[in-house]
Amino acid sequence: MVTHLTVVVVEEDRDRAIAIVDALKESADCEVFVVGNFSGLARKIAAHAPDIVLIDVDNPTRDMMEELTLASGPLERPVAMFVSSAAGDLAQTAVEAGVSAYVVDGLSPARIKPVIDTAIARFRMLRQMRTELAETRRALEERKVIDRAKGLLMNAKGIDEDAAYALLRKTAMDQGRRVADVAEALVTATALLG
Amino acid sequence: MRTVSVSFAYMPLVDAAPVIIAEEMGFAATEGISLDLIPAPSWSSVRDMLAFGRVDAAHMLSPVPVAMAMGLGGVTTPVSAVSVLSVNGNVLGVGKELETRLRAIGFEFDFSDPTKVADALASVSSGKVVFGVPFPFSMHVELLHYWCERTAIGGDGIEIRTVPPPLMADALAAGDVDAFCVGEPWGSVAVDQGAGALLLPGNAIWQFAPEKVLAVRSDWAETEPDLLGRLMRAVWQAGRWLGKPENRGTAGEILSRRAFLDVSAELVDRALTGHLAVSSQGEVRKVENFLCFHSGGASFPWRSQAKWIANRLNKAHLPGEGISLEAAAQVFRSDLYRAHLRSTAAALPGASEKLEGTIRHPTAVASTKRGLSLLPDAFFDGAIFDPSEIA
Repeated sequence: MVTHLTVVVVEEDRDRAIAIVDALKESADCEVFVVGNFSGLARKIAAHAPDIVLIDVDNPTRDMMEELTLASGPLERPVAMFVSSAAGDLAQTAVEAGVSAYVVDGLSPARIKPVIDTAIARFRMLRQMRTELAETRRALEERKVIDRAKGLLMNAKGIDEDAAYALLRKTAMDQGRRVADVAEALVTATALLG
Repeated sequence: MRTVSVSFAYMPLVDAAPVIIAEEMGFAATEGISLDLIPAPSWSSVRDMLAFGRVDAAHMLSPVPVAMAMGLGGVTTPVSAVSVLSVNGNVLGVGKELETRLRAIGFEFDFSDPTKVADALASVSSGKVVFGVPFPFSMHVELLHYWCERTAIGGDGIEIRTVPPPLMADALAAGDVDAFCVGEPWGSVAVDQGAGALLLPGNAIWQFAPEKVLAVRSDWAETEPDLLGRLMRAVWQAGRWLGKPENRGTAGEILSRRAFLDVSAELVDRALTGHLAVSSQGEVRKVENFLCFHSGGASFPWRSQAKWIANRLNKAHLPGEGISLEAAAQVFRSDLYRAHLRSTAAALPGASEKLEGTIRHPTAVASTKRGLSLLPDAFFDGAIFDPSEIA
């Protein structure tokens, strides 16, 4: 009889964790646990005795899991990352996609594959969402700086908003820089002089 | 000459300086390469990126390539340490609670005597002292064990846990760890955050400990000898530049940039100059050879250093069945170092192996070019590591 795979997902963000758990449960026969608090991470993971551990490559706490690959005797070493050479290609794809998966030695690649494939797809999607969010935030920040720079120009030169923006754009083009960078330089310089 | 891009994974630490400087000061360009520097979030990620071919070369903890050759830690792709990027540079420290207890018994944070520090620490701690380190395969772990086994703390007197340095202050506050051993700038960051105080520089335990290495996949070294040579020469030139005191200011300014370490230049300067603030009370200590990039033949990958590491890892993880020291020695590629740096001003030592721990004063040794003087490499207990005595 083939038993469930036990999968532990290390993820601090609750929504992301839920998204990953849902995807895994749909596509593979596995029981999924989420560890969301990094304090004593290695011990918490070991307590679940997982077959596979999934963690975002960008997560610095990954290094804490390396302890899992060490145990007193060679037979007790429970977890290794892609120890099976059959999983080699899968490992490479996962690393490139931003997933780190720790897989118990001896699991057959056929059983690992659906879990890893799902994780890769889900991590890619979440990563894209996170990048988009970061870009939106940055765009908002830049808007604020540009608005401040426009205000400074309007005051200093007695011009209207459109003219101030046109001046920023022209300067940026002349200098081969981004409008936001020119605006930031102006705001910083004004703060220093003011 | 066409510029070839070499991708390079590193952890944002002061000792990544030779790689960052090689690119930023134009040493890479002189060799016709450009380094695509990729900061990594963790040491396991550096290792995986190198092993699975995401990058060509990496800044690596010196025990990692040896551990990989031993089959420890899962990923076992053959990796070569082609040169040593930095010698020394770690600090040992304690959190607020132990600092307070140490001050209560009148301990002076003199940052120098490992035996005295161990006596004091053993007298104020109840039970095991839990040390946080960045990675299980690291000089940090080896120095800590070596020190405890030979002092009042005892081999069983500590427990070592992996904690990524950016999270060390939190781990101290949460009581997950009592003390830490980390590389700069993280020790100084802990002090400035008021998270604790520094007890010892790593080189108080071993005066010449290989800390980080320049690592490449062994098959890449075989198939890209020309590229490897250019990379090694660029990094060696950067190390030499870093070894000159007059360049420290510039180096600190470059490393502190947001793209690299993203901390103040003053913080970086502490490690580069060896003037460390050891506590939030402002006590400053001067340490000779706190972090070496060039002097004393620092970048030469001694086969005996690899053997020392393998001997320690064998005892800790694979008693009775570990790697032979001869096999481990092959991981530190003094052969490639000689082949690729012959055309530079590097003084190549006559031997590739030495007795570790015998040098007490700077000592001139036989070398291809004049002027190679090795720096002291003694262990604090006076022991000598003779690889030929290990079966």
